[in-house]
Amino acid sequence: MSVRKPLPRWADLILLPFINLCAAFFVCGIVVWIIGENPWNALIVMIKGAFIYPGSLGYTLYYTTNFIFTGLAVATAFHANLFNIGGEGQAYVGSLGILLATALFAPYLPGIFVILLCIVCSALMGAAWALIPGYLQAKRGSHVVITTIMFNFLASALMVWLLAGPLIQIGQQSPQSDLIPKNAHLPSAETFFGWFGIDVASSPLNLSFLVALIALFVFWVLIWKTRLGYEIRAVGKNQDAANYAGINVSRTIIITMTISGAFAGLLAINEVMGVQHRAILNFTAGYGFTGIAVALMGRNHPIGIFFASLLFGALFQGGAELDFEFKSITRDMVLLIQGMIILFSGALAYMFNPALSRILTRVLKGGEHDD
Amino acid sequence: MKKIYIIVMAAIMSLMGSLAFADFKPAVIYDMGGKFDKSFNEGVYTGIKRFTAETGIEVMEFEVTNEAQRLQAMEKMIQRGATLVLGVGFAQADAIDKVAAANPDKMFSIIDVNWLDRPNLRQYSFKEEEGSYLVGMAAAMASKTGTVGFVGGMDIPLIRAFQCGYEQGVMAVNANATVLKNMTGTTPSAWNDPAKGSELTQSQIDRGADVIYQAAGGTGAGVISAAVDAGKLAIGVDSNQNHIAPGSILTSMLKRVDVAAYNTMIDGLSGDFNVGVQTLGLAEDGVGWSLDEHNASLITADMKSALDAASAKIISGEINVHDYRSDNTCSM
Repeated sequence: MSVRKPLPRWADLILLPFINLCAAFFVCGIVVWIIGENPWNALIVMIKGAFIYPGSLGYTLYYTTNFIFTGLAVATAFHANLFNIGGEGQAYVGSLGILLATALFAPYLPGIFVILLCIVCSALMGAAWALIPGYLQAKRGSHVVITTIMFNFLASALMVWLLAGPLIQIGQQSPQSDLIPKNAHLPSAETFFGWFGIDVASSPLNLSFLVALIALFVFWVLIWKTRLGYEIRAVGKNQDAANYAGINVSRTIIITMTISGAFAGLLAINEVMGVQHRAILNFTAGYGFTGIAVALMGRNHPIGIFFASLLFGALFQGGAELDFEFKSITRDMVLLIQGMIILFSGALAYMFNPALSRILTRVLKGGEHDD
Repeated sequence: MKKIYIIVMAAIMSLMGSLAFADFKPAVIYDMGGKFDKSFNEGVYTGIKRFTAETGIEVMEFEVTNEAQRLQAMEKMIQRGATLVLGVGFAQADAIDKVAAANPDKMFSIIDVNWLDRPNLRQYSFKEEEGSYLVGMAAAMASKTGTVGFVGGMDIPLIRAFQCGYEQGVMAVNANATVLKNMTGTTPSAWNDPAKGSELTQSQIDRGADVIYQAAGGTGAGVISAAVDAGKLAIGVDSNQNHIAPGSILTSMLKRVDVAAYNTMIDGLSGDFNVGVQTLGLAEDGVGWSLDEHNASLITADMKSALDAASAKIISGEINVHDYRSDNTCSM
């Protein structure tokens, strides 16, 4: 076989991920079968648990919101061939932007302005946290992988110090800030649909989901419809060529990292303004790292990122449901299932590629061999 | 005696039939560490196991994996008909507060929390500083170098309270002693990082420490092994860890979360579920230090009498052990 023809676009974007997903579920099914449960039942519970049980869709979309933000953060950097694994820390300090904005503006302004300012400030804080690694990469050549992961630790150290010290809510011992004022709360899905007289089950889903959808659109416009997006992609493809074409590479790297950090910082609006209504210890819970898998699986495209986020949201929520339903399936099992899916659709993403392309060629060309 | 009690209980239960207890459906929500963390959560699990063994009542359980699941798990348990929900750890305080408010006809209980106020919520808090004070005294008496160590898990007020009590105990015996202090980290992984635990312990030993106390969850295993390898002494925490390395663990600071879990279940079952804050210190046997065949050779008669005397003085109020959490400082 010489050079293999690339897969048709629809097969690459839809069929291949679907096959990978099936393979992952198949392997998980075997594991579930080995520990003595019925894999089919487990799958049904997982799907029902993610979409059908009352409130479960809300939970799934709530996780989806987080993954969209962190997925976008990783994808933005990917387009410039940068690997931002600091989404965790950027989201964590993003909460400081919200706390700051509520402290400054909440007493004086009506809700809608406070909310907008909070959203802007969380993005700004996230951006600021990514700016320094971006600067170091652009001007000093310090690899962004190293610096962003170090900044995760700096962020958690800073937040523990703040939440266990100056910001701690008086009168209790849990490291968490005071509640933010009511006018900075993002309405939950329950409240939102309540305005239109529609009853939905209680869940952490809130309006930040809409912000996430807007962010997806903004990302698409930014990367493919603006001059900056072109520069980002050019730098990502080949820095020297970009430089030769007159693009200021270090400036582009810094800006890309800042935007990437801003997307991650927005995660804080879901957690702080939408759900907990305060900054709590470790609210980022690894979403920043899952964002890497989301971006990989979503092929750095907004639609792909949306579906990958939805998949991971469903896995998180459906996985918890599995844990509830079956005594023998513990949270470690759920982690295994999630790991399998990342393995098959991330690391082994192209495993089925040769076979699939051979089959497709045969089918499309009516049984003709191409090798 | 215990057997008889169980038989009587069983007899009463069978007499009363399923009427009274048919509706009793307990649930426990373990926190991030998981129920086999060899420390705090596992202590709760021990209490739950004992309850199930004695009464035959299954306890529904769930281990949370992220922040959002705490509330979800509690609501889920209620949906599944739980009449009593036990939360484990201060991180579940907000969740249980909400669920308890929304379900006034159900019983709730939480460990390591004392600041909530609900008419259907029982809260347990422990005077870790008192137990830590005693093991601090033991450390100072066992130390030959006059330098002892402390390795904490995540740097939060609760762990600083362990550290502060320990320091006070050390100073009470030897005012010139040096206490080396390290926290493992600032992320939750600090609770499960034995490699870093060994590293910190090694560095404390290099600086002269010969007794090291750890309050670090799963990280503690690393502290113990490093101390054992260097021929020094370690001090266990939460449950009795003396058996992990017989002859190398001076003692363990006991925090009886198992008792709290067991009592919650038993009281819920009997219907005698009083709410409010239960603070368990030395006087209530909620904290203490362990003495068994594994460390009998390490605890001299002098040490034992000194610790017993101090314990009595703490109970009587003659010795006042400062609680870090009362003012967020460790003033001595």
